[in-house]
Amino acid sequence: MGMDSLIGGTIWDEYSDKVTDLMNNPQNMGEITEEQAKEMGARLIVADFGAESCGDAVRLYWAVEPETDKILLSKFKSFGCGTAIASSDTMAELCKGKTVDEAVKITNIDVEMAMRDNPDTPAVPPQKMHCSVMAYDVIKKAAAQYKGVDMESFEEEIIVCECARVSLSTLQEVIRLNDLTTVEQITDYTKAGAFCKSCIRPGGHEEKDIYLVDLLEEYEKEKMASAATLGNESASDAEFGKMTIVQKIKAVDKIVDENIRQMLIMDGGDMEILDIKENGANFDIYIRYLGACNGCASSSTGTLFAIENILKEKLDENIRVLPI
Amino acid sequence: MNVYLDNNATTIVDPQVFAEMEPYFVQKYGNPNSLHSFASDTHPGIKAAMQKIYAGINASTKDSVVITSCATESNNWVLKSVYFEQIITGKKNHIIISEVEHPSVIATAKWIESMGCRVTYLPINKEGIVEAQTVKDNITDKTALVSVMWANNETGAIFPVEEIGDICKEAGVLFHTDAVQAIGKTPVNVQGFNVDYLTFSAHKFHGPKGVGALFMKKGKELMPLLHGGSQMGGYRSGTLNVAGIVGMGKAIEAAVDALDFEMTEIREMRDDFEDELLKIEDTFVVTPRNKRTPNTILISFRGIEGESMLWDLNRAGIGASTGSACASEDLEANSVMEAIGAAEDLAHTAIRFSLSRYTTEEELEYTLKVVKAAVIRLRGISSSYAYAPEGHESGLDSHHH
Repeated sequence: MGMDSLIGGTIWDEYSDKVTDLMNNPQNMGEITEEQAKEMGARLIVADFGAESCGDAVRLYWAVEPETDKILLSKFKSFGCGTAIASSDTMAELCKGKTVDEAVKITNIDVEMAMRDNPDTPAVPPQKMHCSVMAYDVIKKAAAQYKGVDMESFEEEIIVCECARVSLSTLQEVIRLNDLTTVEQITDYTKAGAFCKSCIRPGGHEEKDIYLVDLLEEYEKEKMASAATLGNESASDAEFGKMTIVQKIKAVDKIVDENIRQMLIMDGGDMEILDIKENGANFDIYIRYLGACNGCASSSTGTLFAIENILKEKLDENIRVLPI
Repeated sequence: MNVYLDNNATTIVDPQVFAEMEPYFVQKYGNPNSLHSFASDTHPGIKAAMQKIYAGINASTKDSVVITSCATESNNWVLKSVYFEQIITGKKNHIIISEVEHPSVIATAKWIESMGCRVTYLPINKEGIVEAQTVKDNITDKTALVSVMWANNETGAIFPVEEIGDICKEAGVLFHTDAVQAIGKTPVNVQGFNVDYLTFSAHKFHGPKGVGALFMKKGKELMPLLHGGSQMGGYRSGTLNVAGIVGMGKAIEAAVDALDFEMTEIREMRDDFEDELLKIEDTFVVTPRNKRTPNTILISFRGIEGESMLWDLNRAGIGASTGSACASEDLEANSVMEAIGAAEDLAHTAIRFSLSRYTTEEELEYTLKVVKAAVIRLRGISSSYAYAPEGHESGLDSHHH
């Protein structure tokens, strides 16, 4: 809160001059016809995204040179507010001269940055960021059409907050690492939820598969579950050797969760415990690396030693960790 | 040219109102409750203003018309006091409002609902009107209050408050109406029908902002929402807003005086303007004119998102409004359009023009020109409207209602 949030203001006052100019005179507005594309020796792509009933819709036209995949001409039409029109226009501009593969890499953040008057001042107020997201989505749709693939194939990860482009895995990691319990905290750490607010909870501007409140709830449950496990196991904590196999796996899991998994996730990896076997005086813990850990050079050296040392220190001197 | 067509949001202060208020800032600034001449200097002005306010809604001197800070306060007061007096005590468990009430009623009802009270949200029909029968159908012996606005802010639709008042009387249920959009636009006579509480606000009829009122019928006085120094007979504490009260008095007097003008001249201007707007093809108006306040038009331009229309109007110096997606902070579609069940693609295309007695023919002619140009430009950009801008006269032949 504070003064600025008490009196609010006209959202239009927060638009950059570029946004205003583009709304007044969009540069790439219009259509590309089949004939025009043919004359250029290009293939016409027309992609639609959004719907009038949601308040925003955009249509993107590309003339793509088949030999080079280069976007020779890019135009748009848009049903939407000023920022939707300006974002679509900027998006169409950014596509020009790029190959389709290059264009797919344009994000809503690139669009928003391109509309700034100076690099440090946002081009649009927070609640208008979603307009630029649509510009990003329609590029993916056009590229998918051109390549004859699914739009989803361009999305490498699940994005929960589209305005700030924060992925599900990042959010889960940050919530866990910092023990976050409120949406405000998530926003402070990641900017997720700071803009159009659709990702916070159901009922916003856009419907989502997963919301920030779901992630908080999920983490809360996780914490409760692990607290319960801790309670059950505390009696036998001292003696790893005397635990049943199930207790052993749980104990190892807990240490991995608390001390190891975070560092793996930060590098885009993870691990799972496959089995624990008593081998003479040793306890052999078989693990499998996941994600980026898989094939990482350090997974059989530094990372492995670190995992082993932590488990030795926390549970039993005789533990050996064997990646499979 | 600057044209203000957002009079349902707020209005210009009548210069005569301003003139009457002015002495109460630097000259007659005393606290009316003090014991000295600085205080008593304010009394005649307050008294005269209160008489005008009572006369403005034809309240009996036995009734209480309590001055508040705004209509939001008045609406909160009614719902919350009913909650404290009747719901929390277990006497009743239910209130009824319409689904298109002002946020100060809806949000308060939702809060009461969160505290365990049952709330019925009455639907509107295709004309944007709450039907009295729906009130009857939903009243139970546990209903404490019915709160239905007199006229809707978005469409101008006038609701059947007299019939609803009768139904409430018969059922022994309290009836409140938010008459913010009614004063100065339609005759308001609290002795002419059954109403227990009535809300209004000065800035909607060329008075100052920050002063509202709540009419409470004799015998139906509510417990206070604001406790303190027992001003306003103990019903509403807080140092009297002397200038505001004086301004409201003058404003309601002028608004009632201008009522005939509003209902004839303004209505005619509005109708002519609306006729011209409807000549633009693919335009839609919801509530029939004779069921609306004389100053309001809510019109949809197919294919044009509301905020982009406001943008073009604003560039030309015209202020109008939209409750649709991008313009409001909460990014919702126009609530009335949604409630009416308007075609989904129209929910974000509604623009409200609201006139006042200060609106001129010349302003409307200019606005019409700007609207026509904006329609051509924005439909040209629109991805959802096939349009041939070159030399295309904007459909002077067909129109829709």
